[in-house]
Order: sequence, then structure tokens, then C-alpha cells
Amino acid sequence: MDVAVSRHRPLLRRIFTITLLLGLLLALSALAGLSVGSSGFTVSQVFEILLGGGEVEPTMADIVWRIRLPRVVLAALVGAVLSLGGLVFQALLRNPLAEPYILGISGGAAVGAIIGILMGLARFPGVSLLAFAGSMATVLLVLVISSVGTAMRKDSLILAGVMVNAFCSSVIMFLVSLTQDSRIHNILFWLMGDLSMADAGQIRMLALTLLPCFALILVLSRPMNLLLMGEEMAENMGVNVKVVSVALLVITSFMVSTAVCHSGILGFVGLVMPHLLRLGFGPDHRLLVPASLLGGGAYLIICDLLARSLPAQGEMPVGVITAMIGAPLFIVLLQRSRQ
Amino acid sequence: MREALAVHNLTHAYGNRLVVDSVSFGVGEGEFFIVIGPNGSGKTTLVKAVSGAIRPKSGDVEILGRPLRNYSRRALARSVALVPQTAPTDVPFTVEEVVLMGRSPHLGLMEIERRRDREIARRAMEFTHVEHLAHRRLDELSHGERQRVLIARAVCQQPRLILLDEPTASLDLAHQLLVMDLMEDLRSREGVSVVMVSHDLNLACLYADRLLLMKQGRVMSVGTPGEVVVFDTLEKTYGCVLLVDENPLKNVPRVTLVPKGLNRVP
Repeated sequence: MDVAVSRHRPLLRRIFTITLLLGLLLALSALAGLSVGSSGFTVSQVFEILLGGGEVEPTMADIVWRIRLPRVVLAALVGAVLSLGGLVFQALLRNPLAEPYILGISGGAAVGAIIGILMGLARFPGVSLLAFAGSMATVLLVLVISSVGTAMRKDSLILAGVMVNAFCSSVIMFLVSLTQDSRIHNILFWLMGDLSMADAGQIRMLALTLLPCFALILVLSRPMNLLLMGEEMAENMGVNVKVVSVALLVITSFMVSTAVCHSGILGFVGLVMPHLLRLGFGPDHRLLVPASLLGGGAYLIICDLLARSLPAQGEMPVGVITAMIGAPLFIVLLQRSRQ
Repeated sequence: MREALAVHNLTHAYGNRLVVDSVSFGVGEGEFFIVIGPNGSGKTTLVKAVSGAIRPKSGDVEILGRPLRNYSRRALARSVALVPQTAPTDVPFTVEEVVLMGRSPHLGLMEIERRRDREIARRAMEFTHVEHLAHRRLDELSHGERQRVLIARAVCQQPRLILLDEPTASLDLAHQLLVMDLMEDLRSREGVSVVMVSHDLNLACLYADRLLLMKQGRVMSVGTPGEVVVFDTLEKTYGCVLLVDENPLKNVPRVTLVPKGLNRVP
């Protein structure tokens, strides 16, 4: 593998090899996600169910088709969105610590989404649109706070994100404490990040919304490389820096807020995969964009698998797992970026 | 001689502060043209206006006989390459990857560099003597090496006009000379026009075909080094005492700074 993906080989072949490898990883983790659960299946049973073999009990088939498959697909989509979101923000803000949760974008989307839920709106488009508005508002707020006075500093961006996040949390708690009905339990669980509410119809809608976003970001992956050379040089190499930056910002915020509507707040997912992939395959975004999509999907499927299978009874929110893995990584990265 | 660059009455202001004030000049194809002048005289703004980074308040810029505003960003990038004054130091790419980026304006949206592009990049790296650094990361290099890589990137863009904003600032003597010789080679071998901002009057006199001397956004003088670098004009422009005599290497002026203690002019 080391030879096949070495940084000095032609790019096209590397993209092909790495995409294939990570696609395989995604398929394997999806298979694991379908097999493991309170009623465990063997891999061959899952294959039979998926391929429509005849000798499986209908209830088992139901569990796989109706419960596990939507959940695995949702995990893959949300993982892909958050990893890609981390990758884009890290390039756009030239900051290795940038990530949708840390920048407060997930929090802002959650505030919008909760307002939507309390107003009794449908998840799509009402709640989604409010979540998008919330995420755009926070991302602009964070950028304004951190760039006042001097040029954008790495630490001040993170600090602004943390503060906006704290504010969003308090708004959410405020809204929750005003509500006196059964929706509270749902909201609290959802806040911790939860993939169990997956519903096949909504997921189809989510996938249809996200695929064009993925395609657009893939198209913008070379300009993302050039942005890392600084605004002046990127412009001189034919990139319309303003248009590309705004497009990336809006697409990513839209993607993240849509995902947050379905999964709640999952912290630090956008740090793990981009950094791991960069470490292994170098900084070229034409490779990192597809790799983050596939790798991020696989990562969240596995996190969700752990969240479902670690507790002896029931399950825990998947946000617990992602934060336990991601927060220490954040500290390591912070330490390194200060040196 | 066809004009690579023509600037007519260019004026630009930041807020109310006029930084470039009705500047006009032309640069011929294959000409080595150096812009000199004290700090804050508008040299960098001039370069930015010519590279399309800023839209001037008024005036026209023509590149290869075509108005700048008729160029798309990518078409402009195929004709004009820029080596900026400041470049980010935290670039994670390797030297080869950075130089290859110079091919972007020649590639389609999703197109990936082909063998031919890699060959052009390799020649650009050879040209600026960085091919042995190809697989090193840009942020591991010394200042002089990094500057050579950024020049290789500009050369890889295969421009007809190359703009350099103080490329020799804070380089050691050998590197200063190397950068100037590279530009001289580029001009004489490929016929590329070179427009450079410089603070080093002596280097400027030795290499430039013509000089443009600016002060407070205005043109003080344009012409050959012998016409521009004369005692009166320089003193008026820089406001300090300078000794101007002939360079022993070449028939161009030589400038020596005169410290206060050695100033024997009454």
C-alpha cells in the first residue's frame, strides 16, 4: 500500500487506489454495522438478506432493512458531511483546528433546528431551513469576532467558536426549560448526537440534498489547494478567491446544518479523518475530498457500532464516542499548532 | 517592438489617500523593467493593479495589447505570473506540488496534470535550481530556497509577463544575484518581459533596460538607468545625500549612500 499511494506517483493513480481502498473500508464497516446489534447476525446471513436469498425469517429481514440499513446509511452520510466539513474549513481558514462543531456551526444549526421542532415544523424543509439559517449566522458571527482588529489569528478563531458554542448551548437549554412536554426527552438525546431516529424516507431526501454538495466541493478541490498558497497567488493562478470562498462556506454550512437536523450535535468528527488522511496521503484536496467522504462515512459507522454495542443494555448517544476520540486529538493538534 | 504592458493614467486610492496618481508607462516585449522608489511610493499597489488583484480607481492597463478588464481571470493567469512580496510560510505541499500548481490556469476544471505538465514543472525547477528539493515540503526550506521555488512556480505558468515584488529583499548576496540572473535568462532566452519592484538601486541599474522612479504615487522619471539615476532626481526623491558615479563593471550609474559624518558637500 505504501508504494501504491506514495506522494511521488502520478496523482490520478493515487486517487484511484486510495478511493478504492477507502471504498472497501466503507463497505466492510457497513457490513459490520448491519451484522452487529441486539440480535446478532452472521455476515453471510446479512448477505442473504441483502441479496434476497430465501431462507431468512421475515422479522430478521425487517430488522436489517428497516432498522439497521437506514441507520448505517445515515451514519455514513453524516460522517461524510462532518469530515468533509472539517476538511473544507481547515483549508478555508488555514487552521488545522477548524471543524463544524468547534467553530460553533453545529451549535448554531441545533438552535435553529430546536426552534423549528418546538414550532412543530416538519423536519424538511422547515427545520432544515431554520438550522441552515442558524449555522450561517454562527459562522458569520465567528468570522467577524475573530477578525476584528488584526488579521484572523488561529487561536482567536477557536476562542470565538467556543464562545459562540457556549452561547448556543445556553439558548438551547433556555428553550428546553420553557418546554413542558414529552418532546424534551427527544431533544436532549438528540443534542448528544443520535443516529437512532433514522427513517428511510428522510434519509433518501438527505442523500439527494447532499450529493450535489459533494459534487460541488469535488469540483472546487483544486482551487482549495491554491487557496493554501495565499490569496494573492491563488488569484494569480486564476482562482476567483471571493467566489470560491463564499461558495465553500455556504455549501459546507448547508451540508452540516442538514446533517445536524438528522443526527444532532456530533463533536470533533471533522478532525479525525481529515488529519489521519493528510498524515497518510499528503495535502492534495483532489485526493482528500473523496477520501474524507468515504473515510468519514466509515468512521461514523464504526463509532455508531460502538455506541450500540458497548453498553450491556440499550445504547449510548454516538456523540459520546466521537467526543471521547476527538477531544484528545484536538488537544494534541492544539499543542502542535502552537510550536 | 510590441508592448507587453501599457499603463495609462493609472490612479488608485485607499479611502481618501491617493497611492498611485496618474501613472503612465509602457514595457516592451522582452524588456527588463524595474520600478524603484522610497517606501510608500505606490510600487506594490502598481503591481497589484497590473496583476489584476485590485481594480484601480481610474486609468487603463493593457497587457499584450488587450485591456486588462477584457481578460478572464484564467486567461490573465496564462499571460501574467506574479511572485508576491509575502507568501505564506505554512504551506504543507512539496516543492514539486507547488510548482505544478502553476499549470492550473492551463487545465480544465477537473483536469489533472499530464506528463507534459510534469515535464514543464521539472524544467522550471531545473531552471531555478530547486529540482533536488522536489520532494521536500515548502515549509522546511530556507528563505532563499523558497523564493526560488515561488519563481519556478511562476515560470511553470509559462507567462509572457512576469511581475516580481521585491524578490531580492532579505536574501543573501549570492541569492540576490541568482534571482536577478534568472530573470535576465528568462528574458533573453524566452523573450518574457520582466517587471520588478526593487529597493536595490545598484542591482536595478546593472540589470534593467529601463527604470521607473516613483515618489508618493507619482512618476518622477522613466528611462534608461543613465537617464533616471542622476544625483538631482535621487536626492529629490529619497531626501538623502547620495553619491552617484559610474559603475566600474558596466556603463551605468553606481549609487553610494553617504553617511552624515562623511558628507563633505557644503
